[in-house]
Amino acid sequence: MLDLAFPWTTRVLAFIGVGLLGLIGLLLALNARLAFETFGLGFVTGTTWDPVRDVYGALPYVAGTLASSFLALLIAAPVGVLAAVYVAELAPRRVGVALAFLIELLAAIPSVVIGLWGVFVLSPFLRATVESWIVDTLGWIPLFRGPAFGIGLFAAGVILAIMILPTIVSISREVIVAVPRSQREAMLALGATRWEVVSGAVLPYARSGIIGAVILGLGRALGETMAVTMVIGNAQAIPDSLFDQAQTIASKIATTFNEASVGLQTSSLIALGFVLLVITVVLNMLARLLVARLATVSERLP
Amino acid sequence: MTTAGRPARLVRSREEGRRARRDRLMRGLAMAAAFVGVVPLFAVLFFVTLNGLGALDIDLLTRPPRALGIGGGASSAILGSLQMVALAAVIAVPAGVLAGAYVSEFAGSRAAAAVRFAADVMVGIPSILIGVFVFTMLVLPFRQFNAFAGSVALAIIMVPVILRTTEEVLRLVPRGLREASLALGIPIWRTVLSVALRTALPGILTGVMLALARAAGETAPLLFTALGSRLVNVGDFTRPMDALPIFIYTNARQPYPALNEQAWGAAFLLLLFVLVTNVALRGRAMLRTLST
Repeated sequence: MLDLAFPWTTRVLAFIGVGLLGLIGLLLALNARLAFETFGLGFVTGTTWDPVRDVYGALPYVAGTLASSFLALLIAAPVGVLAAVYVAELAPRRVGVALAFLIELLAAIPSVVIGLWGVFVLSPFLRATVESWIVDTLGWIPLFRGPAFGIGLFAAGVILAIMILPTIVSISREVIVAVPRSQREAMLALGATRWEVVSGAVLPYARSGIIGAVILGLGRALGETMAVTMVIGNAQAIPDSLFDQAQTIASKIATTFNEASVGLQTSSLIALGFVLLVITVVLNMLARLLVARLATVSERLP
Repeated sequence: MTTAGRPARLVRSREEGRRARRDRLMRGLAMAAAFVGVVPLFAVLFFVTLNGLGALDIDLLTRPPRALGIGGGASSAILGSLQMVALAAVIAVPAGVLAGAYVSEFAGSRAAAAVRFAADVMVGIPSILIGVFVFTMLVLPFRQFNAFAGSVALAIIMVPVILRTTEEVLRLVPRGLREASLALGIPIWRTVLSVALRTALPGILTGVMLALARAAGETAPLLFTALGSRLVNVGDFTRPMDALPIFIYTNARQPYPALNEQAWGAAFLLLLFVLVTNVALRGRAMLRTLST
């Protein structure tokens, strides 16, 4: 009896897990339907979010999400990939292992703790240093127009960069380690320097996996909530300058969901969430496929 | 001119000098990037310890927050986090371990790949959306924020993590062990439970503890489920409950420095638990790699 029942129990549990993924999408879609039916595609392009007139448009939050995540990638992708190269390829083994451990430990720090640090330490620091310097030297460019408050889009981008760095480093490191030795040896035998080995053999071989790592980082940045909510300033408008206060989809939901009246307003917030869900799930699937493909390719090679 | 019998002195051409300089520059940059990546960890640790130790006193640990104004402590949050994470573990550990056992022991390769893939995608879903999802399922129908919904949200975050570690650790258990057990006439379910899972237990526990540490630090899934509370709630899962991350979040937004300080104190407690767990479990594995 149990010999039949036990495997079935485990199977049912496993597929409840898979079903949950579908159920999350389904329930969010059902609850978002009212908003999508009322505003149609205009929901995504609308710029007003006005509970008094019951008009809701998502564009400021979509813009804030994309801007902050893009900024985070701009910082974290080069730093993360270079750090992964050092840790996996160039550093003495012990140093590499220890550094990788410390960088991964950063991912374990709760988002709200990073946010607390972001509000009281990082933002004032950024305002006094990087931000005031950029405003002073490049302030004539609209993108860098001040005043810089510390709290705003730029701080959110930096916080996100810090939070996605461990993802990018640890997955890039895995794919770099998976590059077959023979690839490096062939380059070395031709008299290449160590950096030429990295840029000519290792990185091209690991490219799809590194792109996957960066996309996973992007997925995390888009959905990251607490730390961003605490430092982005939660303004309603589309940001014009790097130092404007803004709002992301996740921070909009976090700050207004509980005060929203049940009905069109809650439905609109859930619609925001549905948009975010679709983006992150698609990105995650894409990234997993890229990383997995590389792993299987290198298993087949010697 | 070189004389016979002595090797030619290596003369670096201009091209080689350029390549060597580029090599040094890029290696230096890569090293700098890796060390820059470690800076935020120590910066956060330093400031949380600095500000948190100052705020840590017996009141913070033992008294509930005042209903209005400043003063009081975080006992409601500490008790709430303990209860909600415990209930989440009661839900997530059996579900995650058994589902992981399915993937490793019973599933065909395609079913295994499907479950694994789904679990990986689940890990990538923003945790605030898990909160919204549980809100529509367990809060909206009852018109009541409740701690049970908070625990379910945390459990949903823990399950895929536990599933993946269980499955990975089970794959390391040698086939021969299972075959020996089956050859003795022990039924499959007993073999999986008492041989495979038993052998993999230390690894599974590591995964469970890491998942617990992650759940304990989650704020976003609790905002619309357990909501947070200024009252001590012991055992009533049908009502709102406080949690350390929510306590940190709300107190950080208050205009009173005294309440901000409490946020630092609570952050210190939370970080202490999370980091000690992570360092104890992962650090050992790292040291093992270092010594080989």
